[in-house]
Amino acid sequence: MVADTATTDAASADGAVAAPRAPAGLQLRAWAARRAEAAIIPLGALALGLGLFSLFLASLGKSPAAFLDLVYRGGFGSSFALQNSLQRAAPLLFAALCVALPARLGLVVIGGEGAIVLGGLAAAAVATPLSGAPGSLGIALMALAALLAGALWLGAVGALRAWRGVNETIASLLMSYIAIALANHLIEGWLRDPGSLNKPSTRTLDEAFRIGPLPGLEVHWGLAVGLVACLLAWVLTERTTLGFAARIAGGNVRAAQIQGLPVGRLITGFTALGGALAALAGFFEVAAVHGNANGSLVAGYGYTGILIAFLARQNPLAIPPVAFLLGGIEASSGLIQRRLHVPDATILVLEGLLFLLVLMGETLYGRFKVFSPHLWGDKQAAAGLKPSGAPAP
Amino acid sequence: MSGLDLPGDLGLWSVLLAVIGGAIRVSTPFLFVSLGETITERSGRINLGLEGTLVFGAMSAYATAVLTGSAWAGVAVAGLAGGLFGLLHGWICRLPRVNDVALGIALMLFGSGLAFFFGKAFIQPSAPQLPAIPFGSWSDLAQVRAALQINVLFLIGAALSVFLWWALRNTRIGLVVRIVGDSTDAARAMGYDVDRVRLLATGAGGVLAGIGGAYLSLYYPGSWNEGISSGQGLMAVALVVFARWNPLACFGAALLFGGAGALGPALQSVGVSQGYYLFYAAPYVLTLGVLIATSSPNHALAGAPGELGQAK
Repeated sequence: MVADTATTDAASADGAVAAPRAPAGLQLRAWAARRAEAAIIPLGALALGLGLFSLFLASLGKSPAAFLDLVYRGGFGSSFALQNSLQRAAPLLFAALCVALPARLGLVVIGGEGAIVLGGLAAAAVATPLSGAPGSLGIALMALAALLAGALWLGAVGALRAWRGVNETIASLLMSYIAIALANHLIEGWLRDPGSLNKPSTRTLDEAFRIGPLPGLEVHWGLAVGLVACLLAWVLTERTTLGFAARIAGGNVRAAQIQGLPVGRLITGFTALGGALAALAGFFEVAAVHGNANGSLVAGYGYTGILIAFLARQNPLAIPPVAFLLGGIEASSGLIQRRLHVPDATILVLEGLLFLLVLMGETLYGRFKVFSPHLWGDKQAAAGLKPSGAPAP
Repeated sequence: MSGLDLPGDLGLWSVLLAVIGGAIRVSTPFLFVSLGETITERSGRINLGLEGTLVFGAMSAYATAVLTGSAWAGVAVAGLAGGLFGLLHGWICRLPRVNDVALGIALMLFGSGLAFFFGKAFIQPSAPQLPAIPFGSWSDLAQVRAALQINVLFLIGAALSVFLWWALRNTRIGLVVRIVGDSTDAARAMGYDVDRVRLLATGAGGVLAGIGGAYLSLYYPGSWNEGISSGQGLMAVALVVFARWNPLACFGAALLFGGAGALGPALQSVGVSQGYYLFYAAPYVLTLGVLIATSSPNHALAGAPGELGQAK
């Protein structure tokens, strides 16, 4: 588990040139090593999780091979399955961003589910009085209503954190329960379509307000918007002053305050942005999938989003592949249930296990010499390579 | 039939009685989880996973009671399972750079997932229930009798909160837990193994949370379903802050939360059907209000374990 000597030797050979900066080749290798660490440790956790889950299934007399085969067939094996997985990945992208953005400031926000539900509800509520308006106007206002609802809902959690010191993890989950109660109340009361008898729903949207599939696909536009949102979130956190300020505040609040950074506004802004994005997932569920707001909005996307954000190590660019993977696993749930005769909670067990292992994996960062260029042993080379924040042994 | 000549429905009085009775009935899981979390947090760690422990406790207690025919066997198994979840949390938290809050969320999802997985088969059958003592048998009023039908676990919980309050102050174990929670350095200097104390404190917290879950499925509401807890474990964790990490205050806070939880069903029982969902949200709103009122932006809260701040 320690360093492999070949790498060390090669590194010292390269670094033998006396230079203030490490040579380009070594820099590149160091960059690659750090990237590889961020990819290999979560992938290892994923593999270990699948292994342990296979043991779990085997101990219950179910075939792990059949399980993996069904995940493949249900989530990834055909064009239909792939489109289904992508469709499920769309809301997960937003839900994961709702966790990843506040995480920049060191906050753990887990109330995305409530923002999704309220976003869908707000969109549906706005659509009813707009009935008959031009489609693009209706869609724009619905999206705006959703964004606002989500921003206010989770922005409030951020504000409470910033100015009252309220624990944002507990507060956001409580807000989520309150949001779901509020949505149930309104869907069964004021906003209920009298025609919806068995399943209380809001009025069905005008056909003009519905959002169609992406060209050539059966997946709705939410996927494309979600991917763009991930990209923009990455730009915001990695390439702007604002994102940099957020990272400083997440690392050390005192230092950030001394530097004159508006920590309170950063916290409120990032949580509000996360809430707005999660609400957008609800908007797409209403406008592109259900056609109205009903109980199906409470689908657990918010919770899967938490897992995705942690698997992606809060990196917006890593969210899409992870969301696609988990979207696929969740898409195969029905097939697994029918064929293996296991409860629908099987996927929840797998997700919980993966979550545990990914968190345990956090302890491994900086422990492998292969991945830690500043431990490669050459002083001159080391001088040009910043340690990646890992404590030296 | 009775000496008192009250109208058929007691109106507001009946709501009040139902809320008091409900407070006693609903508060027990809050009480056990918050006592468990108090032990854990006094040792310097937060376990948000008690929500999952509560759900798994409810399922395992119900399943055991169905299979063995004994409700108390169910309580024992729930406590054991809860202890294992607590030890898992404590053990993983020993690893450097593992965030205890995030780990709690993971255990919340894992515990619920496992409970739903194994609990599927037990949604239909009915299990033997935990016994209750009819303290209201002196009254002719059905509402009074119903309100004072008090479960044995509630009494055990009440006794436990007094005992823990005493034990944290006056016993060697209580002192060690508090030293570890207040200053890691002091505890190390005195030769105590900090991680080990925290591991055991988290395990003990899990045992109590599991027993709280047993109450849910074996007394009130008294059946197993997937929505049985819906955040009660998490509210109980928030309640610990409100109670300032004091077991006696946990008892009072649990009653208050139980009353809030009983408001919805109580109003429904007198025919108020408007705003049904909103009344069910009352405990969440109350918890949030309490969190806002008791948090402070600048200084550590009075009574807060010193090492806990680092976890936040």
